[in-house]
Amino acid sequence: MKIVVLYFARLKDAMGRSRDEIEIPTRVTTVGELRSWLTERGAPWSAAFAEVRAVRAAVDQSMAGDATRLRDGAEVAFFPPVTGG
Amino acid sequence: MTIRVQQEDFDVGAELAALRAANPKVGAVASFIGLARDLNEDRKVLAMTLEHYPGMTERALEDIVHQAHERWDIIDALIVHRIGTVLPLEQIVLVAVTSAHRHDAFEACRFLIDYLKTDAPFWKKERTPQGTLWVESRTEDEQARAAWEHGAPRRP
Repeated sequence: MKIVVLYFARLKDAMGRSRDEIEIPTRVTTVGELRSWLTERGAPWSAAFAEVRAVRAAVDQSMAGDATRLRDGAEVAFFPPVTGG
Repeated sequence: MTIRVQQEDFDVGAELAALRAANPKVGAVASFIGLARDLNEDRKVLAMTLEHYPGMTERALEDIVHQAHERWDIIDALIVHRIGTVLPLEQIVLVAVTSAHRHDAFEACRFLIDYLKTDAPFWKKERTPQGTLWVESRTEDEQARAAWEHGAPRRP
């Protein structure tokens, strides 16, 4: 399954880029599993996820929790808590 | 419903006039204007830069306005939020709501800005004399949003 992963704000700075296209193994089916799998892959994800407190996620542009399921072609975004307004 | 994310400043008078234009059902307009300050948690702020998630931002704001319509008897709503560089004294965000009577407009306007603060994907980065830093989210904002979920102020 191939997905697009986007990074915003401090997480984007820590990653050094704003976007990845990633082929994920079939055992990775949710947002929480994706974050764990990326962290296990090591740099730059491990450091970026460790640096940003309370990383939030969205799937296909809707706020998502760890249990939110992924689909082929999904757009997954990781970012810090929002600070607009 | 009008939702705009833009770099340019906005004219509050013109925006409010357009929101209620030629609608004699509107008896109340409530608005909130968020401004850039020159101080944040004792740090001097020279400028701030607002980043957002294009596409999701608009969807999140539309969703918030839909929720306000379900909850109060409002006629229309407007959200204008700036992105890019904003200097102290400048306007960042405008939220405005029209209704027949003041109560719905006031409550819905407060609800919209409280939800925008926690649900809309915007991030602020401050430029200070010591360097740039990302603004941390505030627990007060989470609490303000949570208060609406726990059966907080509804229409009498």
